[in-house]
Amino acid sequence: MENKQFFYRRLHSLLGVVPIGIFLIQHLIVNHFAVYGPESFNKAAHFMESLPFRYALEIFVIFLPILFHAVLGVYIVLVAKNNVKRYGFFRNWMFFLQRITGIITLIFIVWHVWETRVQIGLGTQELDYSLMENILSNPVMFGFYVLGIVSTTFHFANGLWSFLVSWGITATPRSQRIATYATLIVFVAITYIGLRALFAFV
Amino acid sequence: MAEEKLTLIITRQDNRDSAPYEETFHVNYRKNMNIISALMEIQRNPVNAEGQHVAPVQWESNCLEEVCGACSMVINGTPQQACSTLVDKLEQPIRIQPMSTFPVERDLVIDRSRMFDSLKKVKAWIPIDGTYDLGPGPKMPENKRQWAYELSKCMTCGVCLEACPNVNSKSDFIGPAPLSQVRLFNAHPTGEMHKGERLNALMEDGGISGCGNSQNCVQVCPKGIPLTTSIAALNRDTNIQSFKNFFGSDHSY
Repeated sequence: MENKQFFYRRLHSLLGVVPIGIFLIQHLIVNHFAVYGPESFNKAAHFMESLPFRYALEIFVIFLPILFHAVLGVYIVLVAKNNVKRYGFFRNWMFFLQRITGIITLIFIVWHVWETRVQIGLGTQELDYSLMENILSNPVMFGFYVLGIVSTTFHFANGLWSFLVSWGITATPRSQRIATYATLIVFVAITYIGLRALFAFV
Repeated sequence: MAEEKLTLIITRQDNRDSAPYEETFHVNYRKNMNIISALMEIQRNPVNAEGQHVAPVQWESNCLEEVCGACSMVINGTPQQACSTLVDKLEQPIRIQPMSTFPVERDLVIDRSRMFDSLKKVKAWIPIDGTYDLGPGPKMPENKRQWAYELSKCMTCGVCLEACPNVNSKSDFIGPAPLSQVRLFNAHPTGEMHKGERLNALMEDGGISGCGNSQNCVQVCPKGIPLTTSIAALNRDTNIQSFKNFFGSDHSY
């Protein structure tokens, strides 16, 4: 374990973008088929469901990277001593929100996976439009999903910004400022895709 | 006419292990006073607002011109040097606290030895001794020297560690100041010969990976050192160094 921090932190940063970030965008885009009607959504969901090597893809592209990212992430949240009250700078707020949204996203993902993937695996639910329609017909759950999606997209977009710093891509203040605007656009765009799909179920 | 008075609320602590407490003092105002001169007034006449005679407030200071870093304290919520903080520019009452990220020795006196230990850890010096006269080193371009001079302004005052959310008792992160010193010494043509050693030290636990990009350090640094630029540049250098270490390279020294 000694002197592994550097490796684990870099792996954590990388996994957040590849594959988790890529998976997130793919997931939200596939959800967006719901906008064109239940049939369209079911077709897309069925295509994803019948991908070859489905279990290997789920384990190595989705489950294990998220598990590692979550476990180390919770540790990172616990060792920080947030001080936005005393130092209310923009980046310090982003630092604080990154930790808050990380925790919200973790709770959301656990709940979401339990309600959908686990239930499908247990055979109690079918993967189709009506599964989500039922869940989202409850206004509390709808609110929870809105919060979950916005929190996830924020965590991803702001994480992309710190990925660029952690990998030494954006070093100068100017490049970091432009990266702030670029990741803001990413945030708005994928939040729009995610929320529009959500509203298609109600 | 009654003399103008200043009100100072100071967080005091009698020794390392005792609990901190607040004490209020009124001191006579003079024009162009700084925090050190206000503390000197208390030293001259150590009587608190209740009229009790108390032990004078302890603090550290040396240069009195913001180059030594010894008199850093939290003044009205902002960590800064007491010598260069002018009373006229502060709201009253003035609240003064020790930088409690560090162990408090007494009153406003803190122990910054962890910073000096970190400088040793990252080898923040240039080795010039050999078993024979090594002669003059390579020359440094003038524009690079001017650029590096900005990094050399660090006075190990500890303000960046105080503001950093990742420097605390739960974390082993060494903080922004020693990181930036690695960039300074790696930029020097002779120091560059030991670049890999310093980068490898930064990759140890508590090193550069402890940074969470809150960027408070660059906002509060009294010397305006581009700390976050240094950290990002060192992120790049340590990543490259780690690839060299793992895959193998004849240039990983």
